[in-house]
Amino acid sequence: MTAVLDRQVAAPSGPSEAPEASGPRLRRRLRRRLRRHWQLYLLLILPVAHFVIFSYIPMANNVIAFKDYNVVAGIWGSPWVGFEHFERFFANPVAWDLIRNTLMLSLYGFLAGFPIPVILALALNEVRLRFFKRTVQLVTYAPYFLSTVIVVSMLILIFSPRIGFMADFLGFFGQDANLLADPESFRHVYVWSDVWQTAGYSAIIFMAALAGVDPSLYEAARLDGANRLQKIWHIDLPGIAPTIVVVMILSVGGIMAIGFEKAFLLQNPLNLSQSEIIATYTYKIGLLGADFSLATAIGLFNSVINLILLVAVNIVSKRVTGNGLW
Amino acid sequence: MFLETATRPDFGAEAETKRRKTRQRPTPIHDTGVDRVFMAGVYILLTTFLLLVLVPLINILASSFSSPAAVSSGQVFLWPVDFTLRGYEAVLGNSDILTGFRNSFFYVVAGTLISLALTVMIAYPLSRSELVGRRALIGGVLFTMLFSGGLIPTYLVVQSLGMLNTPWAMIIPAAIGAWQVLIAMTFFRSSIPAELYEAAQLDGSSDLRFLWSVVLPLSKPLLAVIALMYGIGQWNQYFSALIYLRSEDLYPLQLVLRNILVLNNNAGGTDLANQLERQQLADLMKFSLIVVSTVPVMLVYPFVARHFTKGVMIGSVKG
Repeated sequence: MTAVLDRQVAAPSGPSEAPEASGPRLRRRLRRRLRRHWQLYLLLILPVAHFVIFSYIPMANNVIAFKDYNVVAGIWGSPWVGFEHFERFFANPVAWDLIRNTLMLSLYGFLAGFPIPVILALALNEVRLRFFKRTVQLVTYAPYFLSTVIVVSMLILIFSPRIGFMADFLGFFGQDANLLADPESFRHVYVWSDVWQTAGYSAIIFMAALAGVDPSLYEAARLDGANRLQKIWHIDLPGIAPTIVVVMILSVGGIMAIGFEKAFLLQNPLNLSQSEIIATYTYKIGLLGADFSLATAIGLFNSVINLILLVAVNIVSKRVTGNGLW
Repeated sequence: MFLETATRPDFGAEAETKRRKTRQRPTPIHDTGVDRVFMAGVYILLTTFLLLVLVPLINILASSFSSPAAVSSGQVFLWPVDFTLRGYEAVLGNSDILTGFRNSFFYVVAGTLISLALTVMIAYPLSRSELVGRRALIGGVLFTMLFSGGLIPTYLVVQSLGMLNTPWAMIIPAAIGAWQVLIAMTFFRSSIPAELYEAAQLDGSSDLRFLWSVVLPLSKPLLAVIALMYGIGQWNQYFSALIYLRSEDLYPLQLVLRNILVLNNNAGGTDLANQLERQQLADLMKFSLIVVSTVPVMLVYPFVARHFTKGVMIGSVKG
């Protein structure tokens, strides 16, 4: 007990000595800080090991993109081949289809999926009927918790020409019924089902931002005789602009990281010309075709483009709006 | 002893209702004629949205209770035709599905416990400013959100650890989410008052003791949010199973679902006389299967809806 008190008294004098602290003294103080909170460092061991093993070692393993990986020699023993695998990938005409499909799918998804949650949140914010507001929120939020397998299964069943009700509906408009077998429709099905699943969830973050808008601004607007539309345009939107920017940067960062899961599940031999994306191709080349080095090269290309996009958008956004992720 | 004097973090249900009451402000804008038209537009928009989300869900539910013949000929829309439970009987009689359920329950429970423990173990120390190298460690966690090793390099790690085709592959490689670490860290920083720690220290409490007897009991809402996030994520995921598992008796429900629903692998035989009937039952069973496999998620949904929203909001605050 007294020991604890002693240390309590001793501790505040520590930082005040900081300016004239010399090398060994600094080290001594560091050691004392480490020893005093050794339990915190003990706690860190397992999770940090997890991050090293399952996040950072895989990053290092990316070297096999520049090697001819073989199981016997191992990752570090395999011979270097430079950019051979990358050249092999870009020499294949499929490469450009993959890049185009990946980009188109995510850009379309971004353009369609981004404004809708904002509109949903702004609209919900106007509603004064508690019950109605709650119901809309609860229902639109729910699909987010369905698994990808379930959502894709629902799509397959609902669009099935024989069973699904959408077939009758589309037939009424003279549309070809079997959308999932039609490569041209793949993108629309993919993107709009995504909007269906996530719009309610994404709206929450904007709802939270709207709740934080200063109420006195509304009163000022009222005195100035603003109508609801003007209120949204001049107060709500500027109020949630920082949130919009952050969410936007995050989704641009995900542009090349478009999900494997859904594209893979929605794929069939008929729509492959539009539905084969980098992620699904990597899986097929790497795990089914066992060409580990080529698959890693493709995956690395994808991740690097993604990182560059994210950094670039963050820089631009900081210049233009003053908001950024870091 | 210091517990009584401590104020609870502003996260509990009481605080929420209080906040909601104070947030109820009088309508700030007087409605003009333009506004009435505008509000009508808002209600129409939201109702359309509500229906777009709801109709497919109701259609699945109605189909799952209809007769095989009605489902196969596409007669069901929003109400069951020839009500029957045959689809559910078929689902519950399928041994693959039951195995999948059992495996998924195991993965969810074990995975959530491990994820929760690891997340608290890293988030709590990171929330303490005394920690040497704190910023670097946080940077290391954040960087994994921007850049990842990729499919094959990660696969090689799991392979070299001998986890392929074991239940561990479902639980360990994705045990910690950077996002959850951030949420937990922000919560600990903002909701556990520094005075509390000082009081505990005066009473001779160690860091571990403080975490166990003060921080965790005060963090129940946070632990619930994070456990739900991990649990639902684990329940819904099939990708690890697809790449790491070979033997079917380890398959989680989602992979079994994929084989039946997406790949259309019916358990049915080739008896020609019964083929039509089997085909019809297989169609019906898909609808029932969707409903059954979603029930566990929908059972926790009320908790999810209450707590998740706050989790998303904490996550949106930059730490």
